[in-house]
Amino acid sequence: MNFIDLIMSHAPALLVVIPLLGAFLTPLISKINDKVRNIFVIGILGVTAVFVLLVAQQVLDTGTITYVFGSSLQTVQNNTVIRILFEIDALSIFMALVSIILAFVASIYSWGFLEKETGQDKYYTLLLLMTAGMLGMVLTGDLFNFFVFIEITSIASAALIAFWTNKAKAVEAGFKYIFISTIGALFILFAIALLYGQYNALNIAKLADSITFTYLDKIALIIFISALAMKGGIVPMHMWLPDAYGRAPAPISLVLVGATQASIYGVFRVLFTLYGNVIHLPKISFGWILVLLGLITMIVGVIMAMIQTDFKRLIAYGAVAELGYIFLGVGTGLTIIANPDIGISSAPFAVEAMKGSIFHIINDALDVGLLFMVAGAVYYATKETSLNNLGGLARNMKYTTIFFIIGLLAISGIPPMNGFASKLLIYESTYQLNPIISIIAILSSIMLLAVFVKIFQSVFLGPKLKKFDDVKEVPKSMLIAMGIIASIIIFFGLFPDLIITNLVEPAVNALIHPENYLQWLTGGL
Amino acid sequence: MIANIPYVAVAVLIIIGLYTVIFRKNLIKMLIGITIIQSGVNLFLVSLGYREGGIAPIFTSVPNTDSAMMYPVPQALTLTSIVIGVAVLALMLSFIVHMYRHTKSLDVRQFGGDDQ
Repeated sequence: MNFIDLIMSHAPALLVVIPLLGAFLTPLISKINDKVRNIFVIGILGVTAVFVLLVAQQVLDTGTITYVFGSSLQTVQNNTVIRILFEIDALSIFMALVSIILAFVASIYSWGFLEKETGQDKYYTLLLLMTAGMLGMVLTGDLFNFFVFIEITSIASAALIAFWTNKAKAVEAGFKYIFISTIGALFILFAIALLYGQYNALNIAKLADSITFTYLDKIALIIFISALAMKGGIVPMHMWLPDAYGRAPAPISLVLVGATQASIYGVFRVLFTLYGNVIHLPKISFGWILVLLGLITMIVGVIMAMIQTDFKRLIAYGAVAELGYIFLGVGTGLTIIANPDIGISSAPFAVEAMKGSIFHIINDALDVGLLFMVAGAVYYATKETSLNNLGGLARNMKYTTIFFIIGLLAISGIPPMNGFASKLLIYESTYQLNPIISIIAILSSIMLLAVFVKIFQSVFLGPKLKKFDDVKEVPKSMLIAMGIIASIIIFFGLFPDLIITNLVEPAVNALIHPENYLQWLTGGL
Repeated sequence: MIANIPYVAVAVLIIIGLYTVIFRKNLIKMLIGITIIQSGVNLFLVSLGYREGGIAPIFTSVPNTDSAMMYPVPQALTLTSIVIGVAVLALMLSFIVHMYRHTKSLDVRQFGGDDQ
C-alpha cells in the first residue's frame, strides 16, 4: 500500500486529528512570529478542508464510510460493539463541510480583525480546538464520543466568546454559554446512560438496531431533544444565543453559527437515526413538535430583532429566526415519515421540505456569517456597534456595503441569492401540510427584510457624519474572507440545482433511510 | 430493593443540583449546583456498571473460579466525564473571577437588562 492510499484510508480520523494537533502546535509556532502563526493556522484549516472534500467525494461515490479506531480485528464480538467508530454518511459530511467553510473563512478574517489584539496565540489554539470539536460532533458514530466532542466545542467556544475579558458583558455572555451548555451536556450524558443501562451499547447504529421504545427510552428522547435544541438556540431556550453571538469577536460569531448547527444536526440524528426504527410509535407526533418549535422560533426571533439597537445583537436575533426554518422543514418531513397512514410515497412534498431545510442549513450559515463579518468590519473601522450612533458609512466603506447588500438579500430570501432557493422549497412544501405554516414563514421572511433594510439605512446610508471622516475600508484579509462567502452565496443562488442534487439529496436520503446507517452491523466489519 | 438505593441517590442528587442552579442567586453556589448534578450523573454511570461478585478486568489476575469479569466501559466513561467536569469547572471559576473584578459582586441579578 503506498503512502497516498494509507493517508486516504485514515482520512476520517485525520479530519479531527489535523486541527487537534495544529491546536497544540500553535502556541509553539507563535514564538516565531505572528505572520508565520497565522499562515500556519490558515494552512491547517485549508488542509482539513481538502480532506473534507476528499472524504465527501468518497462518501457521495460509495455510500456510508465506517472508520474503526484502533484495530482492524473484528469490531462486533458477542453481539457487542467493542470499538469506537466514526460513521460518515452524506449528512455528516454535509455538516462537516459547513463547519470547515466557516472555520477556514474565520481564520482568514481574524488575521486583519485581531491585528492589534494581545493573546492571539490562545485565540488561534481555541479556534482550532473548536473546529476539531465541531467536526468530531458531526462525524462520530458513538454516543459517548458525541458527548465528549460537545464538551470540547463548548469549552473552546465559551473561552472564545469571553475573549475580550476587559469587557464585563463579554465575560457574562461566555459564562452564560458555558453554564447552559454544561447543564445541557450533563443531561445528554444522563440520557446516554439511560440507553446504555438498557441496551449495553454506546454505538448509535447498534442502539438504533436494538431500541424498543420503552418508558426509559421516551425519557431519554425528550432529554436528548430538549438539551440539543437548547444548545442549538431554539426558542424558548434561546436566551444565551443573542448574548453569545453579540458579544463574541465577529469571526467567533461566524464559527458559533457552525457550532449551533452541529447541535441541530444532533437533534436530527437522534430523531431519524437513533430512534429511526421506532419514531412512528409515539402517539404525539414529534414532527408537529418540531414544526411548532420552528414557528415560535421564527416569530420570536423576528419580533425581537425589530426592537434591537445593537448591530450584532440584531443579527443574532435574525439568526434565531433562520433556525426556525430549518426546524420547520424537517418537522414537516418527520410528520409524514412518522405517520404510516400517509407514507412517504404518497406525500412527496415531505422530501421536498427536508431538502429545503437541509439546504437552508448551509445557506443560513453563509448568510448570517456574512452579516456578522460585515458587523465586525463596521466595528473594526468605527469601534461602534450601536445603530443610533452609526450612519453614512457607504461613502467610506464601499466594498463592505456591497457585501452587506448581498447578505441582506440572501437572508431575506430575495431571488438571485441562495436564501431564496431553500426558502421557496420550504414554503411550497409546508403549504401542503398546512397553509397557515407557510403564511407565517413568508411573513417572518418579509419582516426580516424590513429589519435588515432598517440597518442598511441607519448604518450605511444618510449624510456623512463628521466623526467618521477618517474611517477607512477594512484590511484586505477581511475583505477576502467576506468575498469568499459572498461568492459562495451567489454561486449557490445561481445554481441551486447543482447543490441540491449533489449534496443535499444524498443528505436527505441518509436521514430518511436509517437502515443505510445500520448496514455495517449486519454486513459485518 | 436494596440494589435500587444508588438510583434513588442519583435522583436526589440531580434534583438538589437543579434546585441550587435555579433558585440560588450566588454564582459560586450555582456552580456548586452544577457539580452536584455532575456527581449524580457520574454515580448513575458507576452504579450501572456494578455487578455482584464481578472482579476487575485485569488480564493477569484472571481467577480459576467462574466469577465474572466486569466490562469496564462505565468506569472509563465516568473517568472521562470527571476530567471534562474539572476543565469546565476551572473555566467557569475563571469567568467568575473576571466578573467579580468588573462588578465587585457575585450576585447573579446584576446581569442582563440589555434585552428590551
